[in-house]
Amino acid sequence: MNTWEPVIGLEIHVQLKTRTKMFCRCETSFGLEPNLRTCPVCLSHPGTLPVANAQAIEWTIKFGLAVGCKVTERALFARKNYFYQDLPKGYQISQYEAPLCVGGRLVVPGPGGEREIRLNRAHLEEDAAKTIHVGGVEGRIVGAEHSLVDFNRGGTPLMEIVSEPDIHSAEEAKRFLQLLRQTVVELGISDAEMEKGTLRCDANISVRPVGSSELRTRCELKNMNSFNFIGRGIEAEIARQIEVYESGGEVKQETYDFDAASGTLTAHRSKEEAQDYRYFPEPDLVPYEPEPELIERLKGELPELPGLRIARLEPVLGYELALGLVTSGRDALYAALDEIGVEPKAAANVLMNQLAAAGVDPGAVDPGELAKLIEARSDIPRAAFDEAIAHTGNSDFRAETYLAEAAISDTSELEPLIERILAANPGQVEQYRGGKEGLLGFFVGQVMKETQGKANPKVVSELVRAKLNPSRSIT
Amino acid sequence: MTVDTLRLTVEEAMGLLQRGETSAEELHRAYLDAIAERDGEIHAYLKVVEECQGTGVPIAIKDVITTEGIETTAGSKILSGYVPVFDSTVAAKVKQAGLPALGKTNMDEFAMGSSTENSAYGPTRNPWDPERVPGGSSGGSAAAVAGGMAPWALGSDTGGSIKQPASLCGLVGLRPTYGTVSRYGIIAFASSLDQVGPITKTVRDCALLYRIIAGSDPLDSTTVEMPEPVKSPEAEDLKGMRIGVPKEMNEAEGISPGVKAETERAIVLCEELGAEVEECSLPLSIEYGLACYYLIAPAEASSNLARYDGVRYGQRAKDAKSLIEMYERTRDEGFGDEPKRRIMIGTYALSAGYYDAFYGQAQKVRTIIAREHAALFERFDLIISPTSPTVAFKLGEKTQDPLAMYASDILTIPANMAGLPGLSIPCGLSEGLPVGLQLTGPQFSENVLFRAGHALERALGFDFVPPRLKESA
Repeated sequence: MNTWEPVIGLEIHVQLKTRTKMFCRCETSFGLEPNLRTCPVCLSHPGTLPVANAQAIEWTIKFGLAVGCKVTERALFARKNYFYQDLPKGYQISQYEAPLCVGGRLVVPGPGGEREIRLNRAHLEEDAAKTIHVGGVEGRIVGAEHSLVDFNRGGTPLMEIVSEPDIHSAEEAKRFLQLLRQTVVELGISDAEMEKGTLRCDANISVRPVGSSELRTRCELKNMNSFNFIGRGIEAEIARQIEVYESGGEVKQETYDFDAASGTLTAHRSKEEAQDYRYFPEPDLVPYEPEPELIERLKGELPELPGLRIARLEPVLGYELALGLVTSGRDALYAALDEIGVEPKAAANVLMNQLAAAGVDPGAVDPGELAKLIEARSDIPRAAFDEAIAHTGNSDFRAETYLAEAAISDTSELEPLIERILAANPGQVEQYRGGKEGLLGFFVGQVMKETQGKANPKVVSELVRAKLNPSRSIT
Repeated sequence: MTVDTLRLTVEEAMGLLQRGETSAEELHRAYLDAIAERDGEIHAYLKVVEECQGTGVPIAIKDVITTEGIETTAGSKILSGYVPVFDSTVAAKVKQAGLPALGKTNMDEFAMGSSTENSAYGPTRNPWDPERVPGGSSGGSAAAVAGGMAPWALGSDTGGSIKQPASLCGLVGLRPTYGTVSRYGIIAFASSLDQVGPITKTVRDCALLYRIIAGSDPLDSTTVEMPEPVKSPEAEDLKGMRIGVPKEMNEAEGISPGVKAETERAIVLCEELGAEVEECSLPLSIEYGLACYYLIAPAEASSNLARYDGVRYGQRAKDAKSLIEMYERTRDEGFGDEPKRRIMIGTYALSAGYYDAFYGQAQKVRTIIAREHAALFERFDLIISPTSPTVAFKLGEKTQDPLAMYASDILTIPANMAGLPGLSIPCGLSEGLPVGLQLTGPQFSENVLFRAGHALERALGFDFVPPRLKESA
């Protein structure tokens, strides 16, 4: 019996794909040799000063506008002070009071209908450098002989998005995150790939008795690097907390790592010794006041958001297909097929199965040609259909070519038909065998009539000839 | 030709170069000779640049200013051996103007101090009296110019670190409007207050150097466009000028009688030169300025000094057994008492539970100080007061009493908190030592300050050569 309600808030970091870093002119990079993209500013040499990346600011505002945030009239950067080897200044430039974007919401479609998850804020900060622990187990600090710091990542723009604790299940958290990811990808501001670390998510989790509105002690779950792990990690933490309460215990405020391999949670560090970050306004940067013209321009650039599109498709296709089409970037092609009149589920299934399996770029497909193919798919063999689908991305793709070829190979369908026609016309067969070979055209005509012209006349005449002259069989 | 480096102004030196009567190398060499002769006693320089790299009048550079390829320590042991890989914008501008560097001058560690006694490399002495301090934190720059070891110098001013040493060494010092000189490459003490400026023998030299270093910089977001070009002052009167005399700044406790008398004489002179002089009041700025400064500056310093961890540059503690021990010992061994004191004060002021009462409150008071000044500048072109409450004090006199040392800046701090420009010019002697007059104007009023300073300088006829050096010459 379910008597506990999970209360979940997410904190998401999105690495923005700007050309240069947040506060210096170094190019951003991924997977380069260590410490190639560094300069006195991002290595924090004495006397260096930050200059804010205007593109990163614009993109954060753009995201904010897309999710209905209020854009702050006078935004401030702040210093978050703490000592760590990946933070060369001894502080991270972030935002505290007056972040760029405040409030907002993401309407998350789901199988059980839509849920509105409120956002607390979206702000901009700089990423830390990367520490590589050498000699320990799986790159962990425990047991490591030494650690190396790679400053290539240090100073990359990070947009931090904080949700309100409006999420009530692991599944919902996953859906929220998928939709958020799709939104930033479609805004063109981040690749948001969890595997590459350009999208990172921490979850704050507590549970409470169903019906209660209290907020109990929460735990933070970190280092979940795939959507799957997020779902499993949150499930595990919810179960752990329920277990603690049901055995009469109290949940302590702690941070956990989820180990996907074993499915277990490891306590990180006690939040009771929580750091005092001593935030104060960054004196090296001036307050940022966005021009109204900028906001108008960014509003004008906003695409239709994925959440709306999922919601529109969901009643016809169901949530999974709708989500799949939108998050795979195939929903525009789907819409075009729908327009032409292709049966919706058939269209969606072809896009999510064959087209996806063939790795065809949906943007390169001519919807008209694809529609012909889909409509003919019950008439041609599966293999031929798949083969044709794989070529739909070619600029000179014509459905007719493949349908014609499919017809040639489809002797299994033509043969019984021919046999039936021969059996129905014994007189003509006799005459033919008697030397009146001109009757071949009659048989072919009959077959073409039966197949409503879809059969390839050349193949039909070959087959008829073979049937009438078994000794000269071509097969 | 031989030049009298004690007396030669930059304008005169430029004349010599233009007329081909001397070369940049010869000039540079003359100052190196003076350094060789006198700096053993004065210790104005931490590092001397032997080679003349430039075509103009050589310059001394405070060691807080980053210079590519030249060791830059900010007077701290923690940065000993640090050779920057880039030039500060100010150093680049000076280079571009063709000025050869003479060397890097001594300073209070991280510009924290008012006597240059907080340098990790030993104190600088005042060329007027080697028993006394040159002021600080730009004491090395001031002593270099006063001792004839540099024709001009760059200093930096956070709470009064240009104006006060200029005053104590009988020189002209400008703390520019915040945001007119780039801080890129200036080793940060308190970012919202730090500003680089000139220390010179004359007001016109001061304007020359300010013209070279001022201007907005894409590498420093807090810089602004100059509303008008820097002008070399010509006028010898103060006609039409409205001058305010804030009574709290002229009657403050701790102002020595000699300083008071010389300041009053200068105020009378202002009237004689045609200015309208009137008493006015800045009650809150004087009462709260110092306290407010000693929250904001240490708070920013506590954060700015966090980067010195021994990992990437500067000194690292030897033989530490762990990363944390290396951090702790590097910082313990590398920082002197004053930076440690301010890191602690600042960390406290920013801490959760104390922020609102200390740092937050200080920021509010800072706004009030700025408003109080702005209101005065609706009535006055500039305000006038002593720069330092006393003349140069003896070495060791205040080192055991940080609060007494902090009080040296009580008259320079309020305008700094408001981001306003201030010019200190010598206005007389007390006990045989220079007294400085502080002229403060609204933002971007440097040209007005230069004009007034120049007219007063002409009328006062102050001799900037320390008598004891004249005798020895």
